[in-house]
Amino acid sequence: MSDPLIRCENLSVGYDGQSVATDIAFRFSVGEYLCVLGENGAGKTTLMKTLLGLTKPISGALEMDPKLKKGGLGYLPQHTHIGNDFPATVLEVVLSGVPISPWYRFFHSRKDKEKALQNLAKIGAEDLKNKCFNELSGGQRQRVLLARALCSAESALLVDEPVSGLDPLATQKMYETLDELHKEGMGIIMITHDVSDALAYATHVLLIDKEPFFGTVSEFKQSGLEAASKDHLGGHDDD
Amino acid sequence: MMIEALNRIAESMQFAFVRNALIAVAFVSVCAALLGVVLVLKRFSMIGDGLTHVAFGAMCVAGITGITNNLYIVLPVTVAAAIILLKTKESKKIKGDALIAMMSVGALAIGYLLLSVFHKSSNVAGDVCTSLFGAMQLMTLTPVDVWVSVGLSASVILFFVLFYNTIFSVTLDENFARASGTKAGAFNIVLSTVIALVVVAAMKLVGSLLVSALVIFPALSAMRVWRSFKGVSIASSIISLGCALLGFFGSIALNLPVGPSIVVVDIVAFGVFYLIGVIRKGRRVA
Repeated sequence: MSDPLIRCENLSVGYDGQSVATDIAFRFSVGEYLCVLGENGAGKTTLMKTLLGLTKPISGALEMDPKLKKGGLGYLPQHTHIGNDFPATVLEVVLSGVPISPWYRFFHSRKDKEKALQNLAKIGAEDLKNKCFNELSGGQRQRVLLARALCSAESALLVDEPVSGLDPLATQKMYETLDELHKEGMGIIMITHDVSDALAYATHVLLIDKEPFFGTVSEFKQSGLEAASKDHLGGHDDD
Repeated sequence: MMIEALNRIAESMQFAFVRNALIAVAFVSVCAALLGVVLVLKRFSMIGDGLTHVAFGAMCVAGITGITNNLYIVLPVTVAAAIILLKTKESKKIKGDALIAMMSVGALAIGYLLLSVFHKSSNVAGDVCTSLFGAMQLMTLTPVDVWVSVGLSASVILFFVLFYNTIFSVTLDENFARASGTKAGAFNIVLSTVIALVVVAAMKLVGSLLVSALVIFPALSAMRVWRSFKGVSIASSIISLGCALLGFFGSIALNLPVGPSIVVVDIVAFGVFYLIGVIRKGRRVA
């Protein structure tokens, strides 16, 4: 087994010096599909922000492979703060995920544009490229933002509640796309509160709770935590 | 009457100060329009407006100190105010909009008070009116004013062209930009400096109260019709330039103050683009 991409021990996450979740420990390696479960307010989103480098860890160890820094961990946010009046085409949105390097190159090259189009094609949304982003349906928007995340993702994606607010058909399609990406070798960290859907695709589970759990899906099922989690996580929906 | 007006324009163009003012108006209008796209989309319109008041206050203070070039006071004060306002907007502890309101009325009141107590010129009311609504006559613009405006505007336009991609990604989704390694905090400081530069560049020409109009209207007009960021940025610049030129020549032909004339043309243009947007939308639905 190669070195893990992410390793954390005894990690506390929070903001303004206040911890929200403590004792987080897990490893994440290339090609895994990790599901992060937990109640609303358990600290899933704070953990995610810490992994993305948006918030500093409170205490404990968090080691990340350098290639996950600076966008290498492709990020699909739960809620887009992109306003309904924002003028941008789908291609412009996806292209904004392609990192520009080296720093003295100011503009995207033709190659960058091709990369954006390839990623749009990968999620089956190439025909949307000239559409206006704010005219898309919720499901289409999520897919476009997934394509944006893929543009910078080296080897792993971080998806935060990717199906919240989507209809059943779009939800199914999103899970299938993520599954396909995983099968192609992309590592996936998915934050969710939907236990049964999560377990259908994931390889590992991290439960953020008073009694935290980290292990493979089959270990999780054997531990009996699955049923318990379903009781207090499964039913209700986040906004 | 038409011929008379055209004659007046032709006549005035013989003067170097009118030609210089025309160049400055053209540059200022384009940079204000580019900035406007970002400010409107980042919901920072009010910050721009508040800063114009702060700049007015600073100008009054500069006026009473008798400093030869009041830019030395106005520019740093406005930049500092811009950074403070943007930083407070980021932190959720203080009500950002209340701070903007406090700063703008505070600066207006203190500026006018200081000016009326310590005034050096015989025409305080005239000076205040010029600061608020721009030069009544282009003759009052000094060559330094004009070249400062052109220089500031040109650097702002260059900034927008070179950092187009960063500007787009931070404006679109700041969290994502941060997660991809963009230094959004540093970017916001640069952006607030740019806002201050535009305010100062445009103030002498159109007056501090009217700068916001130059910033906001063209962007909103363009957003009625164009659907891509690039399209909106380019259209906004062209609309702004067109309105500024029309307002500029109109003001000479009809002997009106420049600033308000340009703003009125911008308002009319917004009405036109709004209608075009409504008609287009109707067609798309049908």
